[in-house]
Parts: sequence; C-alpha cells; structure tokens
Amino acid sequence: MISFNQVSKRYPGGFEALKNVSFDLAKGEMAFLTGHSGAGKSTLLKLIAAIERPNSGSVLVNNQNVSALKNAALPFLRRNIGMIFQDHKLLFDRSVFDNVQLPLQICGFDHRETAKRVRAALDKVGLLGREKANPIALSGGEQQRLCIARAIVNRPSILLADEPTGNLDAEYTQEIMKIFDSFHQVGATLLISTHDAGMLKGVRTINLRHGEIATESSGKITGAAS
Amino acid sequence: MGALAQHAGIAQNALRRLFSSPISGFLNIIVIGIALCLPSGMYVLMQNAQGLLAEVSASPQISLFLTMDANAEDIATLRKQLAQNPAIGKAVFVPRADALKNLAQSNGLADVIAGLESNPLPDAFVVSPRATRAQALDLLRNQLQKIPHVDLAQLDSAWIYKLEAMLDFARILTFILAGLLSLALVAITFNTIRLQIMTQKDEIQVAKLIGATNSFVRRPFLYLGAMQGMLGGITAWLIIVLCLHFLKQPVSTLSRLYGSNFALQPLSAADSLTLMLFSLYLGLMGAWLSVARHLSEIEPR
Ligand SMILES: Nc1ncnc2c1ncn2[C@@H]1O[C@H](COP(=O)(O)OP(=O)(O)OP(=O)(O)O)[C@@H](O)[C@H]1O
Ligand SMILES: [Mg+2]
Repeated sequence: MISFNQVSKRYPGGFEALKNVSFDLAKGEMAFLTGHSGAGKSTLLKLIAAIERPNSGSVLVNNQNVSALKNAALPFLRRNIGMIFQDHKLLFDRSVFDNVQLPLQICGFDHRETAKRVRAALDKVGLLGREKANPIALSGGEQQRLCIARAIVNRPSILLADEPTGNLDAEYTQEIMKIFDSFHQVGATLLISTHDAGMLKGVRTINLRHGEIATESSGKITGAAS
Repeated sequence: MGALAQHAGIAQNALRRLFSSPISGFLNIIVIGIALCLPSGMYVLMQNAQGLLAEVSASPQISLFLTMDANAEDIATLRKQLAQNPAIGKAVFVPRADALKNLAQSNGLADVIAGLESNPLPDAFVVSPRATRAQALDLLRNQLQKIPHVDLAQLDSAWIYKLEAMLDFARILTFILAGLLSLALVAITFNTIRLQIMTQKDEIQVAKLIGATNSFVRRPFLYLGAMQGMLGGITAWLIIVLCLHFLKQPVSTLSRLYGSNFALQPLSAADSLTLMLFSLYLGLMGAWLSVARHLSEIEPR
C-alpha cells in the first residue's frame, strides 16, 4: 500500500531530513514510526500525502508514484488519506461540527449523510456533546481527538497520525488506540508516529535516527520475544 | 438537487463573508455602484437626447426668404422648381402680407406693426426637406441659396447639427468612462478578494491538505466577486432610477414650455439586465484574476 524506495529528502536550507529510506507497508497493515525529535517522522508522513516531495527515490501509495503526481491529482490522493497533524491544523473560526464536516463537504456529500457521519466520528472520539463548541474552548487533548475525528470521518483507507497521543493521558491513549485498532480491523492501513513507547507492544515499529531507518521490528517477532 | 443546494450554500456563505465587516462591505458596494452609475447614467441621458433629436429633426425646415423685387412670375417659376426637386418633400408659399398678419397675431406686436408705413417682410417659402441628417440638410440649404431671387435660405435647425456633434462627443466620452470605471471595478474586486484570501489563508491550507481541489477552493471567492459586482450593479441601477425619478417632473415641464411633449425615458428592462449582468461579469473577472494570482501562493506545509 505504501512503499518507500531509497527516498531522500533535503529541505531548502540544505538539511537532509531523510536519507535513503526504504520500507513497505502492506495493505491493512499497522505500524508505528518512532525516533528522536527531529529524526524525520513528520517529514516521512508528509511525503506520503505529497505535502513535501522527495529529492530522490520514489514513494508509492496504492501503486501510484506519489512523487511524480501532477498537482491536479493531489486532492484525490489526499481524500484517500486521513491525516492527523502534529500541529492539529484546526480552524478556530467555526464549530467543532464544522471542522469535522470539512472533508465531507470537499467530497460533496449531502447534508443528511454529512450530519450522520460527523456525529458518528465525534461519538467515536467522545466529543459528541461538544459539537457546537469552538475548538478554542477545547483542552489540548480534546483538540487532538477532534483532529482524529476529522481524519476518520471520510473513512479513508490510509490513516497517517503524527503524534496523535502527544497531549493525552494514559487512559485516553488507550481510547485512541482502540479507535485505531477498530480502523485496523476494518482493513485500513495505519502509520502512527509516536514518542510514546508504551503504545508499541506487539506492533511493527520503524525507528528513525537522523533521517535513516535505524531499526525495524516486526511486531509479531517482538511480540513473541517479549 | 444536491449540487444546487451546495451552490446555494456557497452563495449564502459568500454573502455572509461580504458583510462580515458590514461597513467596508457596504462601502465597497457603494463605490462600485457610483463608479458604474456614471457611464450608465450618461448612457441613459444620451438615449434620451437621441430620442429628442429624432423628434425635432424629423421635421426640419428651411425658410427661403425672397428678394423684395421678386414678382408673381418669379414666384411661380420658383414654386415649380421647388416642386420638382427630389430632395424636397413639401414647399409652402407664405406671402409677405400673411407673414405680417401672423406676426401681428402671435407676438402681440400689433401696435408696432400697425405703425409701420409699409410691410418690411419679404415673401417666403417654407421648405420641408426629405433628409433629416444635418449634413444633407446643409447641402440642400447651400443649393437653395444659389437660386435667383432667393435672398436668404435659412436652415432653422442648425442647432441640430451642433447637438449631433455634441452627442458624438458624449458617446465617446461615455465609452472612455465606461472602460476606465470597469477597470476600477475589476481592481476593487481584485483587492477585496486578495484581502479575503489572506484572511482565509488557514482555511485554504487545511482544505488543500485534506483533499480540496483547486476549483473547490476557488469557487467561494468567485461567488464573492460576482456577488459584490452584482450588488454594485444593483446599486448603480437604483441610483439611476432615483435620479430619473427626480428629473422626470422638471424635464416634462421644460419640454412643455418649448411646446414639445418629450418625456424622460427610464432605463429599459433589457438595459437594466445588461447593467447587472455586466457588473456581475466584471466582479467575476476581478475575482478570477485575484484568485489566479494569490491562491497558488498558498501551498500547504
Ligand atoms: N520546512 C522545513 N524547512 C527546513 N527544515 C525542516 C523543515 N521541516 C523540518 N525540517 C527539519 O527536518 C528535520 C526533521 O523534521 P521532522 O519534523 O520530520 O522531525 P520529527 O521527527 O517530526 O520531529 P518531532 O518529533 O520533533 O516532531 C528537523 O531537523 C527539522 O529541523
Ligand atoms: Mg514531527
């Protein structure tokens, strides 16, 4: 589903954020992306959604070479990817409900279907009671859950999460993991970047260090070893 | 139905955005309205002047004053000559005695005229030419002037010529004005949309990040520009209708004093529609240019 082949990314300043990164993520697979701050986790996720383009190598999503996509084709790639941004990217000029319905409006859903799906997504992240609130009135953790609701409302086949549990306590982390698991159950492909080692048990983990893949552990083997 | 509802939603949203800061929203529309009402108001005045011109120039006359020594025989030849001229529709002979009588009756100069020893007025023909264009009339007048026993051929509508020239001038002025102010409208819309794009920068970025096509991002701004343009057009229309309303009475009084039943014509339905569609189109164009220029600068990171 997602395939990196010798991918390097150098930012305009000359800093090489990713060096020769190669890995494959099968359809329906779930994996964690770990690494120190500045290791290149966000950069890697952005390359998948073509928010950044690689300087060399190729990024394949669904057998499509994302790095070669025309700008006009990007929206249709991104509609298939639910993205949870590290900096949330919520809109504070509208309600919680309106934030979540944006992806559906973009795809042209009608009113009734939109309302139904938005409520279902908000229910999943425990924000159903807050749909009329402005996101600015939400706590850090609630904002993070709002991001998750917006990412999953469209039922994308790929979910990319950039530190989705950074502001959450252990209990909510468990809740969020359950949501991701349920998404995994229905066949979505997930790549989740995290600092939180507690989340990693029994799941494939890709560890980045200074832009290179340092270690890669298949979840099943570590699971068996532990 | 779904698509229609979606468009209605975008239009409603655009309207709300337009008046999100009510004062500047209204000011913009009023500025556009005033800019548009100048050329369209001039156009209306010209339409009216043209109507007036057609009315008066439909019956231009040339007065042919004869020399005092012209006798009955000369007059008979002249009458025949005039009747045979293809450029002349009708020629009416006015004997000098009748002319004096008319003068005495119409202008209350009876006392003065009664005091005259002899009739100072010459015999005359009143000629109605077939042509109505000023140039053709002038030609005919020169031709008639050269006939023997004609003392003076006077085109009593020389002012039509001047009016026509003035209208030509006004027409060009209107075109120039319309061109310049259309440009101003496009510029105003360009700027409105630029500011709007800047205030919605976050929204545009997020929308692009989660899969909005360019046309989806563009559409609300195009609606906004078109709507601002059309509201400006409606404002211009209202200003013109109001002005015409206030001018109607004085103009008809004035024309009655001149013995005409000329009345100020309002803006026709077709012209009104044209005005609004044109302003909508200009707004759309300004928005389009602005969007093309500014939207591509906002790429998500
Ligand atoms: N737009 C940019 N321009 C220049 N350098 C950048 C840009 N974005 C990221 N970098 C650099 O690339 C490196 C990797 O950044 P990235 O955001 O991918 O790290 P990260 O692993 O997500 O870190 P964190 O855990 O702190 O979020 C960092 O050193 C950063 O300074
Ligand atoms: Mg990061």
